Amino acid sequence: MQIIIVGCGNVGAALTEQLSGEGHDVTVIEEKRDVIQSVVNNFDVMGIVGNGASYLVMKDAGIEYADLMIAVTGNDELNLLCCLIARKAGHCNTIARVKNPIYKREISFIKEELGLSLVVNPEELSAAEAARLLKFPAATKIETFARGRAEIVHMTVGEGTRICDKSLKTIQSEIKSKVLIAVVSRADEVFIPNGDFVLRAGDELTIVGASRSIAEFFRKIGMPTARVHSAMIIGGGATSYYLAQQLISFGIDVKIFDKDLERCKMLSDLLPQALIINADGTDKDALMEEGIVGTESFVTMTNLDEENIMLSMYVKSVNPKAKLITKVHRVNYGEIIDSLQIGSIIYPKNITAQRIVQYVRGISNSMGSNNIEALYKMNDGKVEALEFLVTEKASVIGIPLSQLKLKKGILVALINRKGEIISPTGQSVIEAGDTVIVITSHLGLLDISDILA
Amino acid sequence: MNYKMIRFLLSRVLQITGILMLLPLIVALIYKEFFCAKMFLVIIAGSLIFGSIGAYFKPKNVAIYAREGFVATALTWILISAVGALPFVLTGVTDDYIDALFETISGLTTTGSTILSSVEMYYSVQFWRTFTHWIGGMGVLVFILAIMPMSGGYSMHLMRAESPGPSVGKFVPKVRETAKILYLIYIGITVAQVILLLLTGLNLYESLTTTFATVGTGGFGITNNGANDFSTASQIVITIFMIMCGINFSVYYYLITMRPKEAFKNDEVKLYLGLMFASATLIALMIHADGITKTPFESFHHSLFTVASVMTTTGFATLDFDKWPQLCKTLLALLMLTGACAGSTGGGFKLSRLLILLKAMKNELIYIVHPKSVKKVYMDDHSIDSTVVKSVSAYLSMYVVIFIASILLISIDEFDYETNFTAVAATLNNIGPGLGMVGPTGNFGAYSDLSKLVLMFDMLAGRLELLPMLILFSPRTWSKR
Repeated sequence: MQIIIVGCGNVGAALTEQLSGEGHDVTVIEEKRDVIQSVVNNFDVMGIVGNGASYLVMKDAGIEYADLMIAVTGNDELNLLCCLIARKAGHCNTIARVKNPIYKREISFIKEELGLSLVVNPEELSAAEAARLLKFPAATKIETFARGRAEIVHMTVGEGTRICDKSLKTIQSEIKSKVLIAVVSRADEVFIPNGDFVLRAGDELTIVGASRSIAEFFRKIGMPTARVHSAMIIGGGATSYYLAQQLISFGIDVKIFDKDLERCKMLSDLLPQALIINADGTDKDALMEEGIVGTESFVTMTNLDEENIMLSMYVKSVNPKAKLITKVHRVNYGEIIDSLQIGSIIYPKNITAQRIVQYVRGISNSMGSNNIEALYKMNDGKVEALEFLVTEKASVIGIPLSQLKLKKGILVALINRKGEIISPTGQSVIEAGDTVIVITSHLGLLDISDILA
Repeated sequence: MNYKMIRFLLSRVLQITGILMLLPLIVALIYKEFFCAKMFLVIIAGSLIFGSIGAYFKPKNVAIYAREGFVATALTWILISAVGALPFVLTGVTDDYIDALFETISGLTTTGSTILSSVEMYYSVQFWRTFTHWIGGMGVLVFILAIMPMSGGYSMHLMRAESPGPSVGKFVPKVRETAKILYLIYIGITVAQVILLLLTGLNLYESLTTTFATVGTGGFGITNNGANDFSTASQIVITIFMIMCGINFSVYYYLITMRPKEAFKNDEVKLYLGLMFASATLIALMIHADGITKTPFESFHHSLFTVASVMTTTGFATLDFDKWPQLCKTLLALLMLTGACAGSTGGGFKLSRLLILLKAMKNELIYIVHPKSVKKVYMDDHSIDSTVVKSVSAYLSMYVVIFIASILLISIDEFDYETNFTAVAATLNNIGPGLGMVGPTGNFGAYSDLSKLVLMFDMLAGRLELLPMLILFSPRTWSKR
């Protein structure tokens, strides 16, 4: 597809990398020349220096032939204007990033009037992700597949739990669960395990299964499956607001820390049920006073990555039982942050990019150029989970899985047959119309047929 | 420095060289030159075997940064020249490997300077000689980029290192597609010229070889008299195609995609055509007045042919312009320096650089009169970034330094000043013939081996826009830190 991306900040860069890697023709418009320079050097894309809302710049970028325009600058109004102009100058789908809560309330009107295909709000998406994790605290990360029926859940093996120091075979015979332990990440290494693989404390597992089976699995191995009852949120920005809103609706006690009094007053207006604390989140005494030792979950949402990470590490030391969620903007040091073992990390940039990429895949599926329904990168991009739509032409149809010659490092994790989630065995057969979730360390698959050696 | 990736790229280049030599092999078989065929076969087998061994293991880390891009480009051209020189030695066209290397580099860099006093040789070797022009015209790495799937966006560093012009843009977002479009336009122009030349009465072999030499803006002739042997009609066709190949290829892309407005917005092309016709008219008047040519048509025809040949850095000649009036010769020597448009197959300093420098110069004068003025350089209705202006000025300094150093080095051979100056100008700008001893009827054979090496360096530096060769020989490139 011909895609134009306006704005090349965090989200724009992540989108550029992902979409150009998937083979789309990407043109990036950005006002800063040096940003364009580095994007053009690092990815196979065309760069144009200029204001994306300018008709001439859009024309230079080939808006007449574009299939999709994505406006992800930091400015809501500019993004909306870009979409409007793109819509009038070409015939493309448009996606805008809009974060102002005022527009958010009127989003359906704006969407309709401007002909937007999708509106993404990084703060809201991050908040939703955080809320999901607080509902299911045993998981460090949750992705949903097959329209929410299946999930990929990441968890860490705890010392002395039922699955620690046991091989997958024994676990299976003891627990009789329908979930699949698909990937194990130990230190820097990533394994796609077989039955003899023995789990150790500290391993990070990636578990695939129907949502219900996963909950059951967690119950059986003695991990908490109930949602948390209290949450402390540091930083009172937009993400915190959205998160608090959701948590309150679940009936979770929410405390929000912010050092700006005006912001606190505003939050108290917006969220009457929440307890707003006007204190610096890095103030140890204030945290102690508000019961840092007893809280069930602790979410750091300030705008400073360092502060968030430091706070989480501190809480880990004083209250090791609390569920930790840390917001981190910079993605470059993912490996190092992971090694700190501070629970769940939320990267707003990746979440936003992923949401948009998902939508793009939807469009390009309907244009017939590929059959990927969803793709998630895991373990720092070393492993991918892909959901393929199986077409009638696919060469895997009708053959039992045990008889298919698969490439190395490929795992058929789930088959979704018209809403029924099947955990595949050797006798399972893939049919046309299924969607199949494949977990692989073999990156760059484009079709279900690519899993064959 | 990612040595593995450079090794991988060079192996691919070796494979491609082998495949390209299949064409002269076919020619050898057609003309029953079985000895040459055997030699070509040996070289093809050798390059395919070594190339395949080297390219067997694809490196895990495919990251190419600017440094690797420049080094790989320079090494690519040296490698393909070294292999491409073998046919000349093995078939006995020349005994001296240095001479053969000179001839090949001259071919690949689309220079067209020769060390041979007579160019009559085997058909197949002759074919290879002109075919190198065609290969070098658009570039080897661009070809590889067009056919080889490269993961990652790093390939832009390769394309930038090989393409002529101050700033290299892409037509479409993907490097591979851009490279393909460039080659398709190039092949299209080639086919058109072959057909037209056939219509003017040349046979297929003459048409092909002449076309290769024209579209690559090379200038190797297949007879000792050069283009003089051809009919006026053929010469007109050659003139038109020389002029066409000196134009930025993006113009053709815009024309093909029905965007004539953007095509005609190009300031450089306007300057190119204006300068060409103005000089041609001036020279026509002078040679007509001097009685060198008889009719007005003949004067303009030969004058335009020569100006086009010099400006596009092709180097064909219908008449011996070394015997023209002094003013004509000086004018031609100056046109040699300006060269053709950026993004074309022509060489030289490139008119766009000249244009940027002149405009920057004007701004500088305004700045002295109005010290508080802020003014940017505009071209094609866009303002030009100051870094581009800076890099163009730096390019000029490098150009001058290489020019002077080369003249100094080849002066050891004790030839006259005009010969030395134009020899360096003709090689560094990839033109071919100079004036004096190296004029249209002369050759470079008399120079010593040292001078030939210097001139070879100049040709490669000129074709690759100086930087790759300078970076290759800069010690800092190879230091670990």
